[in-house]
Amino acid sequence: MTTNTPSKVHVTTTINGQQHELLVPGYMSLLDTLRELIGLTGTKEGCLDGNCGACTVSIDGRIVDSCLVLGAEVDGKEVSTIEGMATPEGLHPLQQAFLEEAALQCGICTPGFLVAAKGLLDNEPSPSEGRIRHWLAGNLCRCTGYDKIVRAVQKASS
Amino acid sequence: MVATFEPKTDYKVVGTRPIRHDGYDKVTGRAIYGGDMKLPGLIWGVCVRSPHAHANIKSIDTTAAEAMDGVFAVITGADMPKAPSKLVDLGEGNINFKWASNKLMADDKVLYRGHPVAAIAAVDRYTAEEAARKVTVEYEVLPSVTNVVDALKEDAPILLEDLVGDDLGEDVTNTNMAAHVRHEFGDVEGAFASAAHTIEREYNMQMVHQGYIEPQNATAMWDEEDRIKVWTSTQGAFPARTQIAGILQVDVSRVKVTPLEIGGGFGGKIPVYFEPLAAILSKKSQRPVKMVMERSAVFETTGPTPGARMIIKLGADANGKLTAATADIWFEAGANPGAFIGPAAMCVYAPYEIANTRIDGWDVLVNKPKVAPYRAPGSPQVAFAMESAIDELCENAGWDSLQFRIDNASKEGTRRGDGVLFSKIGMQEVLEAVKTSDHWNSPLGDAPAGKARGRGIANGYWFNIGLKSSANLAVNSDGTVQLTEGSTDIGGSRTAMAMHVAEVLGIGAHDVRPTVGDTESIGYTDVTGGSRTTYATGYACWLAANNLVDVLKERVAILWDINSDDVDFNDGVFSSKAEAEKTIGFKELAGKLDDLGGPANSTGSVDLESAGDGFGTHIADVEIDLATGKTDIVRYTVVQDVGTAIHPAYVEGQLQGGAVQGIGWALNEEYFMLDDGRMANSSFLDYRMPTTLDLPLIDTVMVEVPNPLHPYGVRGVGETPICPPIPAIANAIKEAIGTRLYETPMNAGSILKALK
Ligand code: FES
Ligand code: FES
Repeated sequence: MTTNTPSKVHVTTTINGQQHELLVPGYMSLLDTLRELIGLTGTKEGCLDGNCGACTVSIDGRIVDSCLVLGAEVDGKEVSTIEGMATPEGLHPLQQAFLEEAALQCGICTPGFLVAAKGLLDNEPSPSEGRIRHWLAGNLCRCTGYDKIVRAVQKASS
Repeated sequence: MVATFEPKTDYKVVGTRPIRHDGYDKVTGRAIYGGDMKLPGLIWGVCVRSPHAHANIKSIDTTAAEAMDGVFAVITGADMPKAPSKLVDLGEGNINFKWASNKLMADDKVLYRGHPVAAIAAVDRYTAEEAARKVTVEYEVLPSVTNVVDALKEDAPILLEDLVGDDLGEDVTNTNMAAHVRHEFGDVEGAFASAAHTIEREYNMQMVHQGYIEPQNATAMWDEEDRIKVWTSTQGAFPARTQIAGILQVDVSRVKVTPLEIGGGFGGKIPVYFEPLAAILSKKSQRPVKMVMERSAVFETTGPTPGARMIIKLGADANGKLTAATADIWFEAGANPGAFIGPAAMCVYAPYEIANTRIDGWDVLVNKPKVAPYRAPGSPQVAFAMESAIDELCENAGWDSLQFRIDNASKEGTRRGDGVLFSKIGMQEVLEAVKTSDHWNSPLGDAPAGKARGRGIANGYWFNIGLKSSANLAVNSDGTVQLTEGSTDIGGSRTAMAMHVAEVLGIGAHDVRPTVGDTESIGYTDVTGGSRTTYATGYACWLAANNLVDVLKERVAILWDINSDDVDFNDGVFSSKAEAEKTIGFKELAGKLDDLGGPANSTGSVDLESAGDGFGTHIADVEIDLATGKTDIVRYTVVQDVGTAIHPAYVEGQLQGGAVQGIGWALNEEYFMLDDGRMANSSFLDYRMPTTLDLPLIDTVMVEVPNPLHPYGVRGVGETPICPPIPAIANAIKEAIGTRLYETPMNAGSILKALK
């Protein structure tokens, strides 16, 4: 690109416990940084305007819509995505509960719901149904009617 | 001769809830959806879209875009192959290639806002978007029409000059009316003349969208051998291939469609959008091209379901027996014909036995996106009208509306509004289950101060299609089985397929490994739609498994040196008819196949009529805030005849998901159109589908009336549940506030208006 080449930003960030050093175009969202630059396509795109939650990741333990964050903003931060949720020991209890409760149909919303729900359970291990519904209201699912998602989160709660 | 089956109950695998085979990939983010496709040298495509709903294109200048660094190809309507006007059946709806092509890329006229006028392929998405802004288009803006009443006026602007409408068999030109059909039975006028109670009401509904979370996408490579490879999120790899080949004017065998995981469709991913454009961009750039649709374009240019105007008239005798009905149904088709008036006619009276009926349906063009199937296309609309009218008829006559529904329920032999006679159906069983349900027998409860509560019920119906499916099996030496089938899996269906195979072979659900094939690895299979998948593809899997048993009996015959007719098979064990103690299990046999003739494979294919009629009744309890008009659903129960539930958890999921889409449609969703044909709410924020916060848990009561047309009694289940919610909620709102609403959405604004 000639005249309008945007400058790239040097970003050092930890993604799912692994350090990455990246040159991120200044205009690039964190979502595209993950999907296009690093190849972590588990974080999904549904709307690109912060209204579906399919792109939910956590930055320093706080859940965000990665389509609304620039890749350049995670310099020095810790990012967790769906790909970092299971460990060599096995699935996270939320992942297991989603499978057992049939909490996914098409599954496109699932990574976002799992990352968001983990954000809740990490701080509040036994939330009420109302609290779960409140916390997950930023994540859209069009397939399930949410019933089995709420039940799965309840199951994974202690 | 159609095969019929006796119901069984002693299933080993059917009716259990195994973890779905694709589940691990989907909870870990590893599953590859259409948008996740990566290929060496992949570039991105985007569309340049019309800001106008109706306009002539005077000129398009793409030179500035083409000159940009990083741009590889620019196409316009001039690059689209000229497809002939030809109607092709896609399972749920038809397609005319000329119009389908024109819908994807405007020729000399744009017909809806967002209509693509050019497309660009560039090194990345950002560059492609930048280049798209450099395309200049000169438009001559034309007046637009966005509802059926305006579209049928004498002086209405005409969308398609070459459209020849079919008015009860007569050709009409210079019209926006693509079709007018009629179904009439009995003596309608006479029956109304002698009816003790009649009611006639008009109902109006806005367009709504399927609202799948994954936007449309496609990746295509048009190679030097003139072969076109496509990777996409589609509800049917083969119907997608038919459309792509038809629009690109190449033989189907030139196109290979690989269906990637699909993030919801509900009918909206049966039509192709980006696939042919990505292919043409690929041909021009000699690179694989990927396109992912922006959300506003998903709303503005892909498959909404028709907005509708409907007039229903009902007549009943003094004893509460329905005697006459008429329905006048105008559906918005969008910019091309095809508004599902056929299905609407099949569904409108289906829950009832009525001797004298007439239906008139009109398929009307408007300057909005061409509609696509959406879960029981056409049925929720007519359910809203019919079930609201039934309740109002009962209110006026002083009848209990549940008892009225039971007394007039359709049954085996009842004639549907389009003339078809029902075989074994479960409408009466469903209504009896409502009557004895916990929900129906629990009090509504007192509303808190400033609020009002109401309970409503309504029926819903979908006919469920059969069509073509294919399945292949291969035995592994460890006693497991590979299953390849052609139905793209949107909600766990591949596990239901594996369960069909496992049940026949007497092995576990996880001993069968299912794969959804591409168009070069499995035989023709129709769309995942019409609630046909578990029924028809499951049937094909059952056939393939039975064929595999026959193959294996021959191997056992070699092993024991007997005739294969003398080999029995039961619950996973082969035995000799002559010597009952001589047995070998499926797994053990699998390990010996190398010495018994080599690989054992089988195949199954079907072409079926119907997946069995699906009936449901919903109970909705609403609580309305009298100050704000906001409606909360406080309790909700879905009762439905599901035939036999192969995997009950995913059947419940269909019932719950369908109900919630109906709830959204009832209370809030709509295409809010501005006068100039723009959609004012083309984002998830403004369109506002239901969230976790808007809903209670959704209870389900699965009534199982096995479908005699399927070996295990499977009936289609996915579509029926979106039909009852809108009228159930309308009836509940009426009970709560004493005023009936005749228009959707029944949002806070309309309730406040009704309260005044
Ligand atoms: S893609 Fe980020 S919220 Fe929808
Ligand atoms: S499972 Fe499809 S959107 Fe949630």
